[in-house]
Amino acid sequence: MIAPAAIYIVLVVGVPFFLALYYSLTDITAGSRELHFVGLKNFAAIIGTLKFQAALWNTFVFAVGSQILVIVLATALALALMKDFRGKWLIRLLILLPWVAPMSLGSIGWLWILDSIYSVINWTLQAVGLITPDNWPMYLGKPYLAMASVIGVHVWRLLPLATVILLAGLTSIPKDIHDAAQVDGAGFWRELFQITLPLVRPIMLVATLFGLIFASTDMIVIFVLTRGGPYDTTQVLSTLAFFTGIQGGDLAEGAAIAVFLFPILLAVAVVFLRIARRSEVI
Amino acid sequence: MGRRSGIRRAAGHTAYAGIIGAFTLFTAFPFYWMLITTFKRTGDLLKRGNNPFLYNEPPTLENLRVLFQDTLYVRWLWNTAFVGVVVVAITLVLALPAGYALARLTGRWGEQLGIGIFLTYLVPPTLLFIPLSRLIALLGVQDSLWSLVLVYPSFTVPFCTWLLMGFFKAIPPDIEEAAMIDGLSRLGAFARVVIPISMAGILTVIIFSFTLVTQEFVYALTFITTVSHYTVSVGVPTFLVRGDVYFWGSLMAACFIASVPIAIVYNFFVDRFIAGFTVGAVR
Repeated sequence: MIAPAAIYIVLVVGVPFFLALYYSLTDITAGSRELHFVGLKNFAAIIGTLKFQAALWNTFVFAVGSQILVIVLATALALALMKDFRGKWLIRLLILLPWVAPMSLGSIGWLWILDSIYSVINWTLQAVGLITPDNWPMYLGKPYLAMASVIGVHVWRLLPLATVILLAGLTSIPKDIHDAAQVDGAGFWRELFQITLPLVRPIMLVATLFGLIFASTDMIVIFVLTRGGPYDTTQVLSTLAFFTGIQGGDLAEGAAIAVFLFPILLAVAVVFLRIARRSEVI
Repeated sequence: MGRRSGIRRAAGHTAYAGIIGAFTLFTAFPFYWMLITTFKRTGDLLKRGNNPFLYNEPPTLENLRVLFQDTLYVRWLWNTAFVGVVVVAITLVLALPAGYALARLTGRWGEQLGIGIFLTYLVPPTLLFIPLSRLIALLGVQDSLWSLVLVYPSFTVPFCTWLLMGFFKAIPPDIEEAAMIDGLSRLGAFARVVIPISMAGILTVIIFSFTLVTQEFVYALTFITTVSHYTVSVGVPTFLVRGDVYFWGSLMAACFIASVPIAIVYNFFVDRFIAGFTVGAVR
């Protein structure tokens, strides 16, 4: 029964994966049909460049930064949504929206909101007197601000799904446990940190793992908002691989950049799944 | 004492409403903004002194006219829906039996296969699409929606198999065994007994796969070159962004129309989706 799925995965993921590995060891380009085996030359060439090192660091900042924010915010939001209140249906709909928006379009929505001249955020800040017309923040044009902006938009996009997943974890905790904690006199924070959070830890870890992998391999937010700029300060490995391999035509080097991510993600996955499994046993 | 706790409760309520309000503002504001922008005249949008929250010039339907008459927006929506439905079907056909088999396979083999399927999720698309574009050329489906139908299950199948595996593990094997004693084959027991009680998990998989498909951008951008074969996520930015000129009104309309109806549909299912996830991911 597993054969059809396994065959499909081997053909469409396995074979291309090894082909890509092979390409990363050759000098293949988009234009020519010839390729020669060059060993680890591509890797040696990219690792030394500042561009690659910056991209590696940016990937780390982008993925870890956005995941920390997503988990903290999603936990708060999921806890808040556990209660019943009037109009919950509508609130839930509004919170789900970013998840269903095709992300290339959602990012363009943010491009408009963060525009350097017509930003509605800046207009509002100016209207309430927090900024003056000559120091309007350029959200996508200044290095640190640009990174903060792409992280913010990525958080916006992942928050709904993370909230739904955590909500699933929270609703699976039997009510007796909460009742028992309250009978024993545990306050809100104590109950949260000693009972609720440890119980949702496995599902939280799995959600974080998928989030980390997703943030390090997906490039759409950065591709639309900054294209890696300004001065490569938001360039991550996935965008760098795309610009080098597809738009630049240097397939071999693009493949080498993309391959670099795999062992890192593998290590992260192993660590997370170990912890998740251990906390499930307890 | 009573008054103080009353004040505290009121403060708690306010804080609570504040938290919910802030989150809702964060998630929904861009959509509100899209809606406002949709009906604005370009001159109104691009005048710096104008209050962006108000219609300084009378609202217009021109942006919608551009979107529906000057671009193939409806066609792109249709293409996206088509690819989405076919990919969901393929995903179910492949992932349901695989997830079930993995859930029932005990011992080393089952576990290693499970890990193997999970690992494929770690392979970045940026790595795969160079070789995949060769595969697509080889099969002669380049520049057709079928190339996307072929490739998209590569990210939906591993994830959904993994999700369903957890889901099926939660179903006690006794149920199928009882059905098999009653004369059904294993496949028959799976189709007639296991699938009906797994609807929440299957719904989760359907929603998940469909969303992943509508979100996808990189493969659609590189594999499809003919305008009438674009999906929404590629067609809209390609056509309504010309160099440095952004057709903001039409862009925002395109995004709003493509998102809000799906969100409303999802909202009906979200409780069952949550149920599917609880069983699937925790066990």
